[in-house]
Amino acid sequence: MALGRSSSPHAHGPRSTQWVMQQVLVATVPGLIVLTSFFGIGTLLNILIASVTALTCEAAVLKLRSRPIGFYLRDYSALVTAVLLGLALPPLAPWWLAVTGTAFAIIIAKHLYGGMGYNPFNPAMIGYVVLLISFPLQMSAWVAPAGLLVDGAPALAPDFISSLQIVFTGNPIDGFTAATPLDAFKHNSGLQVDQFYQQTPQFSQGRWAGFGWEWVNIAFLLGGIYLLARKVFTWHAPVGMLAGLSVMALFNYDGGSSASNGSIIFHLLSGATMFGAFFIVTDPVTSTASNRGRLIYGALIGVIVFLIRSWGNYPDALAFAVLLMNFAAPFIDYYTPPRTYGHGKSGTIIHRSKED
Amino acid sequence: MSKTWDIPGGIHPAENKQLSLGGPIRAVPLPPTLILPLSQHIGAPATPVVGIGDKVLKGQMIAAAKGFVSAPVHAPSSGVISAIEERAVPHSSGMQAPCIVIATDGDDSWIEHSGSANYREKPADELIAMIRDAGITGLGGAGFPSAVKLQPRQTITTLIINATECEPYITADDQLIRQRAADILIGIDILAHILGDPERVLIGIEDNKPEAQQALASVLADKPVTEGSPAIEVVEFPTKYPSGGEKQLIQILTGEEVPSGKLPADLGIVCQNIGTSHAIYRAICHGEPLISRVTTVTGKACDKPGNFDVLIGTPVEHLLTEAEFDDTCCSSLVMGGPMMGFTLPNQTVPIIKSSNCLLATTAEESPAPPPAQACIRCGHCAEVCPANLLPQQLYWHAQSKNYERLEAHHLADCIECGACSYVCPSSIPLVQYYRAAKGEIRLIGEEKRQSDRARIRFEHHQARIEQEEKEKAAKREARKLAAEAAKAKREAEAKTAANSEGTPESTTHNTSAGSAANDTGEFDIIQAALARVAANKASPQDQRKRFERAIETTAARLAKTEQVLEELSKDDSSELNKEQLAHIDQQRATVEQARLRHQEAKNKLAALDAEQPTAQKAPSETPAASSDDKSLDRAATAIARAQKNAAEQALMSPQQKLKKQRDALEKRLSKSQIRLTQAESDGSEQIEAFANAVATLNEKLKAADIELAGFNQNSGPAKVQENHREENS
Amino acid sequence: MTEMSSLELLITAVIAMVALATVFGLILGYAAVSFKVEGNPLAEQIDALLPQTQCGNCGYPGCKPYAQAIVDGEEINKCPPGGQATIDALASLLDVPAPELDAEHGEEAEVKSVAYIREDECIGCTKCIQACPVDAILGAAKLMHTVIVDECTGCDLCVEPCPVDCIDMLAVPATLADWHWQAPLTPAQHFASDNSDANLIATDRSLDHSKDRVA
Repeated sequence: MALGRSSSPHAHGPRSTQWVMQQVLVATVPGLIVLTSFFGIGTLLNILIASVTALTCEAAVLKLRSRPIGFYLRDYSALVTAVLLGLALPPLAPWWLAVTGTAFAIIIAKHLYGGMGYNPFNPAMIGYVVLLISFPLQMSAWVAPAGLLVDGAPALAPDFISSLQIVFTGNPIDGFTAATPLDAFKHNSGLQVDQFYQQTPQFSQGRWAGFGWEWVNIAFLLGGIYLLARKVFTWHAPVGMLAGLSVMALFNYDGGSSASNGSIIFHLLSGATMFGAFFIVTDPVTSTASNRGRLIYGALIGVIVFLIRSWGNYPDALAFAVLLMNFAAPFIDYYTPPRTYGHGKSGTIIHRSKED
Repeated sequence: MSKTWDIPGGIHPAENKQLSLGGPIRAVPLPPTLILPLSQHIGAPATPVVGIGDKVLKGQMIAAAKGFVSAPVHAPSSGVISAIEERAVPHSSGMQAPCIVIATDGDDSWIEHSGSANYREKPADELIAMIRDAGITGLGGAGFPSAVKLQPRQTITTLIINATECEPYITADDQLIRQRAADILIGIDILAHILGDPERVLIGIEDNKPEAQQALASVLADKPVTEGSPAIEVVEFPTKYPSGGEKQLIQILTGEEVPSGKLPADLGIVCQNIGTSHAIYRAICHGEPLISRVTTVTGKACDKPGNFDVLIGTPVEHLLTEAEFDDTCCSSLVMGGPMMGFTLPNQTVPIIKSSNCLLATTAEESPAPPPAQACIRCGHCAEVCPANLLPQQLYWHAQSKNYERLEAHHLADCIECGACSYVCPSSIPLVQYYRAAKGEIRLIGEEKRQSDRARIRFEHHQARIEQEEKEKAAKREARKLAAEAAKAKREAEAKTAANSEGTPESTTHNTSAGSAANDTGEFDIIQAALARVAANKASPQDQRKRFERAIETTAARLAKTEQVLEELSKDDSSELNKEQLAHIDQQRATVEQARLRHQEAKNKLAALDAEQPTAQKAPSETPAASSDDKSLDRAATAIARAQKNAAEQALMSPQQKLKKQRDALEKRLSKSQIRLTQAESDGSEQIEAFANAVATLNEKLKAADIELAGFNQNSGPAKVQENHREENS
Repeated sequence: MTEMSSLELLITAVIAMVALATVFGLILGYAAVSFKVEGNPLAEQIDALLPQTQCGNCGYPGCKPYAQAIVDGEEINKCPPGGQATIDALASLLDVPAPELDAEHGEEAEVKSVAYIREDECIGCTKCIQACPVDAILGAAKLMHTVIVDECTGCDLCVEPCPVDCIDMLAVPATLADWHWQAPLTPAQHFASDNSDANLIATDRSLDHSKDRVA
């Protein structure tokens, strides 16, 4: 009888990395459904193109690195990156946008840094930022949400055939686009918030924070709550981000004057807020290690998102905020180790080594 | 009901405790042999006090404690000591360690022993000594000598009895409590008495053992309240792994944390396992040393799992047979629980004092871990860590061997409970990383201590050498001085003698001669000093001359002996008898030696020549300094030689290296052969030693030859491939 | 008027510069005094990291001279007994990249070994005693010698001088007390293929490299 020799423990819990990644994929479903119902099949196409690209790139790089391809593809991490990027891209973006972004994310942002678990920056957000900087025009053309009345006529999502034509043959998208609520709000000049809301169809037809987008955010919030319930991650980072954003919004709302930067509800339910809070900020690889650290990490992302939304050049800022804080994550880790059993105060890692 | 606190983290693995709770504690038939490792506890191994062939009785001490933190070992049954040797022991390493092996005689006859129930009348010291002599160590798993724990310097306010048994599968304590609650409570009372009756005595037990709690409660209810005994309280708390860790249990029951690097006693707490208290009861009230324990044998590879009252030293094999162990479907054999136990290399190892469980699992019960994936920093490990560490950061730093950072992250506070590895979705063997890093840190500390000691010794050595050199120089100086003085005196005397001869009146003046000698005393010293200076100046030349002379003489001797040798070999080519042969050999040796001497002399001359310029440059240097210089020079040449050798070696292929080694060996062989013949001819006492040296050298040479031959056979590429294969395996 | 003002400007600038220089100089001076790191001289720190075998493999008569030589610019990779661990430690102390061990000075031993005298063959010549840098050999002329194993650094300087070749370097056997778990293979090492052209990523390369060193 050959008895194996291994270090304890000899038992293992039921969870695997695959399971974690699958849960994330499952949790994107509500968001995906709402996005599709408002913006047509563009998002689905994005995800499809991105997924194929991601798996191809992953397999190619693994081959180059002489790693077992099947083993690593089965961890679903490439797929998660692709789906997250696909969700973030504007629907009906040309096909090469998703291909370029995903390839960059997988090859450069992930594998050149050592592969899963070693990348300091969120690959999906790297891909997004690369596209945003390189192709600003394509990246800012958002389809009008279906059912939005513009000048009395309801906007229609393009049908299946024209969607394919737009994505793959480069037909112009112009007829279908409309400013996103964040965009619209940014270009508000001189109107009080109330007046602006009344005059702008995106807001006047919406319930809280802009037609369509509020539901997208609520759907992602639901997905996030599902992940929290399954204990895929802790509440610290998302709550931190939402709190950071809310506090900034609260202090800068100034009662809805013409110089107002938007209400809390507007910020929480527009753009990529909920998507970011539950699917991007919670990426464990690139965030901080301790719960305290995650709270701070999330809160600072929220603050930066608000700063860029209000005073920056871009209408939304999630990708930049996340990447900036990816930079800062090791720094935060340094100052937020948990208090170990039997030790007085937690201190910082530096002071600890001096203490000892 | 006392208040309880929650510990951070923790997990809820499948308990599987019902498996082994089917029936009462079973007895095990006497095994034919008992294997008793000398180190079954934390601390110094015990020292055997019996010899092979000795007959021992049950309960007789066979190995004595060595030092304060140590525990004796007793014979678990009567029989004969059949061996004291290295045997496989239950240890994660799978290594062997010294054991005493007893061949049992089947009588199981006890040594005379006695105990008494009125322990409350005895002083604590006496009871502690009894516990120590009974070889009692913690039965919970760590095996710390109990007597040591019972002698705290601090006042103890709380005695905690650990009945948690939080590991899955294990039910030894549970079953023990159910069946022997009364004995256990007496044991606890003994502990309380020894510790000066602390304010609180708490039995911590998880809520998954209602029967055991019931058993304790009913005995406590029946027990008459004795004067002076503190009240014993059974405290129940929710089941969670690892609440049975000492530090964790203290936190659960008192809300306090044991400061890092300190002991529970610093908080006024002593923690003992409930099985230990039973053993203490047996030791005090019955005089029985720790020779048996209750062990759970479980796992789906056992058809009849259960708890067994097993003698210490019983081979695992023997015990497994009792549980109807199925060899064919067992995938791993673990001593201890699934979370903190260790795998056994085979079934010959014995049960020791700390073996609370034997877990034989099937492949589907505990499947082999999948290959580890990359850490995705999900943080689940930090969620479950009972010590509030950051396991993934520790893993990161352990991988990069950043020991400083590991210490800053409090690696030392990791209790190795395995909760982090259990939940890791990437199935990374985190605990193994921590164990490796801890071991490495300990090793580095040990090496540091050793190297510090070596440094001190080296410095002392250097200082001593310097001192000796100085003393030698001073002595040389004194001798020279004396010689000069004597010479001067002689000359002076000769002079005076000549003078007295020359002058007619001198014969009558003994006194004047005396005074002259007196006068020359001072003169002599000055003269000597002058002479010394002169000698100092002249010495290189002198030395040179001496060496040259040496060369000449050696050359002459060489020529002469060579001639003799030649003659000898010439005229006796036909009929050589033994004696002549020996003579020739001797002559040859002499020639060789003469050549060596000659060479040596030449070398010295060369060295002198090399040295001379510096010597001339600094003639006023003190002798000590110059001797230092010389030794430095010698060191420098030796180093240069070593360096050259090393450089050559580095450039050489392995084959060449071997060849070189072989050549060196050959050289050494010829040298020692010369020495041998020399010794033989001299009839020296050391012939044997030299002969030995020659023989060993011969052997070595042969071995080198063989290796070299083997090397030559294997062509280069084949060898490389072989290396490669080894690397892969 | 303009001339005046430009002169004024000049003077203001100079004064400002001087003032700034003074202030910063004071701050720096204060910092140098009050935050001064009290520490061993560098050579002693280096010496503390060296293994103290005093074997001379580095080309210096002992560890301390080598430490001094390192301070004076000598390479840090000349210590085979210390091996890569010592080189890494030195590199981190001196804040330089860690080189490979210089094979010219010998190879890193796999296991620690100590000298052992076959005592029945010893003739009591005291040559080894003189060679031992740490006085770890006991004995007297014409009497048997023996090695104090705990003090032996394994430098093997005593092997060469022995006229009867009765000194062996024996590996120190592992005991339970100093056994510890080895780190498991990392995921990357686990999958690192044998054809080592998988060096697209720096970390892959360094892993292969460390594997070579282990093998």
